[in-house]
Amino acid sequence: MTEEIIIAGFGGQGVLSMGKILAYAGLMEGKEVTWMPAYGPEQRGGTANVTVIVSDDPVSSPILSSYDTAIVLNQPSLEKFEPKVKPGGTLIYDGYGIPEPPTRKDIDVYRIDAMDAAAEMNLIKTFNMIVLGGLLKIHPVVGIESVLAALRKTLPERHHHLIPKNEEAIRKGMEIIKKL
Amino acid sequence: MADQEITLMKGNEAIAHAAIRCGCDGYFGYPITPQSEVLETLAEQKPWETTGMVVLQAESEVSSINMVYGGASTGKKVMTSSSSPGVSLMQEGISYMAGAELPALIVNVMRGGPGLGTIQPSQSDYFQACKGGGHGDYHLIVLAPASVQEMADFVDLAFTLAFRYRNPAMILADGAIGQMMEKVVLPPFKPRRTEEEIIKECPWATTGRIGGRKPNIITSLELRSEEMEIINLRIQAKYREIEEKEVRYEEFMLDDAEYAIVAFGSAARIAKKSIEIARAQGIKVGLLRPITLWPFPTKEVQALASRVKGILSLEINAGQMVEDIRLAVEGAVPVRHFGRLGGIIPDPDEVVDVLKRSF
Amino acid sequence: MTREEIIEKGQVVYKKPALLNDTPMHYCPGCSHGVVHKLVAEVVEEMGMTEKTIAISPVGCAVFAYKYIDVDWQEAAHGRAPALASATKRLWPDRLVFTYQGDGDLACIGTAETIHALNRAENITIIFINNAIYGMTGGQMAPTTLLGMKTATCPYGREVSLHGYPLKITELAANLDGTCYVTRQSVHSVAAISRAKKAIRKAFEYSMQGKGSNLVEIVSTCNSGWKMSPEKANKWMEENMFAFYHLGDLKDTGADK
Repeated sequence: MTEEIIIAGFGGQGVLSMGKILAYAGLMEGKEVTWMPAYGPEQRGGTANVTVIVSDDPVSSPILSSYDTAIVLNQPSLEKFEPKVKPGGTLIYDGYGIPEPPTRKDIDVYRIDAMDAAAEMNLIKTFNMIVLGGLLKIHPVVGIESVLAALRKTLPERHHHLIPKNEEAIRKGMEIIKKL
Repeated sequence: MADQEITLMKGNEAIAHAAIRCGCDGYFGYPITPQSEVLETLAEQKPWETTGMVVLQAESEVSSINMVYGGASTGKKVMTSSSSPGVSLMQEGISYMAGAELPALIVNVMRGGPGLGTIQPSQSDYFQACKGGGHGDYHLIVLAPASVQEMADFVDLAFTLAFRYRNPAMILADGAIGQMMEKVVLPPFKPRRTEEEIIKECPWATTGRIGGRKPNIITSLELRSEEMEIINLRIQAKYREIEEKEVRYEEFMLDDAEYAIVAFGSAARIAKKSIEIARAQGIKVGLLRPITLWPFPTKEVQALASRVKGILSLEINAGQMVEDIRLAVEGAVPVRHFGRLGGIIPDPDEVVDVLKRSF
Repeated sequence: MTREEIIEKGQVVYKKPALLNDTPMHYCPGCSHGVVHKLVAEVVEEMGMTEKTIAISPVGCAVFAYKYIDVDWQEAAHGRAPALASATKRLWPDRLVFTYQGDGDLACIGTAETIHALNRAENITIIFINNAIYGMTGGQMAPTTLLGMKTATCPYGREVSLHGYPLKITELAANLDGTCYVTRQSVHSVAAISRAKKAIRKAFEYSMQGKGSNLVEIVSTCNSGWKMSPEKANKWMEENMFAFYHLGDLKDTGADK
């Protein structure tokens, strides 16, 4: 199994940290992982994306031309990465940031209204975990237990009390993702 | 952190952890993207409270490298890291250290140039690293990591080689290897050498005239040409020995290969993916990855030329290593170059297209 | 006859320090470097630091300082001596570490290294020979060249509109929080030599006591570069150099620390 994923959106949406949790969860399951950010001078508000590869075999290139799954969280990212999903692959997008939805018919398109859900739950900061939950519902690349273990590993101790909220967000994401 | 624990970290962070663990005595650096995590990680880890390692943010790369020069003059295990424009500023100090025959580690996490260029990954400092860079007839021992694991492993290797030959060594990485996270097993902790051990192991070092020994002088200066030629010949003899003994490389799917890609660092990772794609299309291609860029695996590339119909040099630059490949191949088979510039990383599909078009 | 035979026992009223070896110096007759070398050697010896001293020589006339004083030396690139000294002292905190630099090395190409090493309060001493000219390269204008002074690169005299002002880097250093002892001395008379030696000793001691960085400027002559006899150079220095570069301590916080 090799899952090649791109996650793209605005800086500050938690794109990089979502990728990191995913990679860390893969690591904890003994898988091979790479996390390759498109880094830039932007700290917040600019575009951000990260390529995450989770595989049973050693990963060759951390940089890819096409992806099994693209998770896009704003319009420019959709425009950039929709064409790069492999035929038969998956595209997940959040309707909140994307007024013009994807058009390809040869891929599976899913919509997740994670921003709305995060606002409803009054948990804006767990937005990215809602999206991650959506991904895991469709492609269980890693188990939810591994994700929670990864959170325990990567979050500073003082934030550990937030882990249940993150779990709630992941489950919410699993619930609200829908195929178009 | 337990010794054998598998963890996930950036290449730059791995360099910092590996430095602490291999008994490094001092790090002197200056922030520059995309390598600042090295200094940041060291500052966060506070090794001065545990191993006693000195960590100092200098006022410039010029100062950093001269701090390394001073520290290396005393036999201590010292290092710096920077990215391309900063490494350009360091060339004077590197030349002095090569001339004074000092062991030290310089890490270059390359970005695209020339000039201020871009902060995105590049391999366009191959010439600078392997062909001198600074003034005078000298070489660095240049290691090219292709994974976060190798970023960690090459710190100790670079110091070992630097001290074995009393010559500065360089880890030539790029922004992709520095910024990406992969799993890594950090090397076990080695204690820093005691002052007594340093004095014993480095009798040439300026440690003070303990025991009333004769003064030690660290210098690259010799105004008498006849003497300077002798010094140069001795250094050149050392380089020939390094070329003989220290070539390192990796072969990948070369056994039945009709074509070969030669690539180092992150370009070698891309090459492996391209090879997977090409082989699925029936093209028999393999990879030779130089791990030491200097000394270059000249004999191995030469031998490769007798087995394959063509060689593609895949580099994230306008064609630098390809010159060394052509010198090794001596026209036996066609040698082509493909690279992207300005911080763009070639994607595996376009490499396959280039392979098809080239031969 | 050997030297020992010539010098009868009990007749010795003055001798050079043992650390100052017999290598003939390349300095011009009348140059101040020889005197300052002797003072440094004496102080290292008298402090009992012979086995624990690491010195850094510059690029400039004192590039070969390592040939004359028998301690461990590192020969730095032009201007970078304070960077070498910073690392050396941090890595070997119980060593006496000093640099020996000229005005071109310290106050021009190495200004950044000088200011930052001093302001980081590195526990080192910088011995700064200021003769207002580049001696080694044949008498070109230095950052400390006085207005009106003629050199190979300001043959009609230093002029503000062309060359700007002479740099009082020692005054600058005295204003840095990192410095402990900053002083300006000379070695043109027996009394001055005695004061300069005391200053070097104080600086070295402060550096060993961890009180911060120390700068000892020695206003010097360069009779070759100035194109004067040694005697005339001394006189010219007293009249012109001292008028601009005032002698004395600029800062001494050692007692408070």
